Amino acid sequence: MTADGKHFTGVQRFLHWSMAACIIAMFFIGVGMVSTIMPKYVPLLATHKTPGVAIFVLALVRLAVRARSGAPPLPADLTAPKKLAAHLSHYGLYGLMVAMPLLGWAMLSAGAYPVVLYGDIRLPAILPQNAALHTLLWNAHSYLAFAFFALVLTHVAAALFHALVRRDGVFAAMAPVGSRSGAAPR
Amino acid sequence: MPLPPSGPRSTLASLAVIAAICAGAIGALAYTAGWLSPDRLTSTKLVDALAPSNGPVPGYRRNHAKGICFTGVFEANGNGAALSRARAFQTGRHPALGRFNLGTPDPGAPDATVRVRGLGLQITAEDGAVWRTAMINAPVFPVSSPEAFYALLRVPASKAPNAMAAFVAAHPEFAPFGAWAKSPDWTASYAQEPYNGLNAFLLINASGAEQAVRWSFRPQAQAERITPGDLAKRGEAYLEREIIERVAAAPQRWSLILTVAEPGDPTADPSRAWPEGRRSVEAGILVVERIEPEADGPCRDVNFDPTILPDGIRVSDDPFPAARSAAYARSYDLRTAEAKDYPRSAAEAPR
Repeated sequence: MTADGKHFTGVQRFLHWSMAACIIAMFFIGVGMVSTIMPKYVPLLATHKTPGVAIFVLALVRLAVRARSGAPPLPADLTAPKKLAAHLSHYGLYGLMVAMPLLGWAMLSAGAYPVVLYGDIRLPAILPQNAALHTLLWNAHSYLAFAFFALVLTHVAAALFHALVRRDGVFAAMAPVGSRSGAAPR
Repeated sequence: MPLPPSGPRSTLASLAVIAAICAGAIGALAYTAGWLSPDRLTSTKLVDALAPSNGPVPGYRRNHAKGICFTGVFEANGNGAALSRARAFQTGRHPALGRFNLGTPDPGAPDATVRVRGLGLQITAEDGAVWRTAMINAPVFPVSSPEAFYALLRVPASKAPNAMAAFVAAHPEFAPFGAWAKSPDWTASYAQEPYNGLNAFLLINASGAEQAVRWSFRPQAQAERITPGDLAKRGEAYLEREIIERVAAAPQRWSLILTVAEPGDPTADPSRAWPEGRRSVEAGILVVERIEPEADGPCRDVNFDPTILPDGIRVSDDPFPAARSAAYARSYDLRTAEAKDYPRSAAEAPR
């Protein structure tokens, strides 16, 4: 967080918003590609892999930055259950940012599919070919994607609730630009 | 300057805004996922339509279900390197694995009941780049679009009288394939068949120039012509027995022929042959060295997805590779989930 203890650092905000864009795009690319047989299926599938790996790398960077820079405290008047929900949902978000790309990569490995990123970067298989593992990982990747989407929506709704209703500085702490136009923590 | 919490009226308005944003996001996802467009042609529909009337055979490929694995090598002669920078075209021996198969959803179908024979192939270059292709012995594809292929698959289930005649009337492009399918001029071996990619792909060379091609693997074995009636007399699984014995006696070879499109050739329509006399490049020889039964074989759990291409080859404006890729993935997801229905003959082999 910043020196005033009220905001995330610029690096943290940059990571947050760039990853937000990637992750939201990935939900749509993912459900779009599995629902079409049109020519766009091929570029969608190719496009799904590179940001996936980027999200994985950025999530690790982000966790390291978070460990180093910390986070502003939640407002003191937030009730204990709400604080608990805030903490748990963030564990969930971080966990899924790391897990989803790994599950996808492992799923492709278990299906004996080559994993090729933009620039002809070929990733090694992280699992041997195995039908049962492929099925398990496919299901996990698919169901967790919808859980992730639901969690992101909850996160957005809660952020907007803080910004529009409580006006307690929680949203401003991570706002993409201008930290003073919102509210300072009360 | 801290703002006070919003008052009750603006709170309601704010909650409405939040609800609208969430509903909009869910709606957009539902739209993208096709949940609001039941008419969208999906891989699920295509694969379901492949199933025979008594349902699919669990554990097996949803089409081209009867097959046998091979391993061997692709000996590139370097002639393809001017067209494509893919390492597979550079002079050398590149490991190959593949699968001879019959175009049927029934792994128990008698050989003589299946006109279409196929070859699934994977070539792995020394740099690790993987090229997969799935080809058939027909000279052209039956129809010109994935939508028409879906319509063709649905003909047998149709209750309309003369459904096939109506389909052919509506899809005149079917005629060349139909004539080929009716010809009694079959061969007596997987080794005697040509295997045609049919779809056009773009080759990209070292200087970045793109060229549309179609490829075929042409057999070096002499064709022994046989009628389906005579083939039936040799047994229901003659072709697998025959290829096992033939390859055990000597490796079998196919030449890879790249047919180079000229401007205006129909790259987007695999039902239309390109005119005679197109330049062709013989890029190497596929040598099939060893046959292995599928249940424990190296091809069993490989999806011969035609869009798995090395750098130097990419899809063209032909809509089929994408549709095939989506459908093959669906078939793969289904059959790997049903692996217990297709037991291995040995104990779970380490690979």
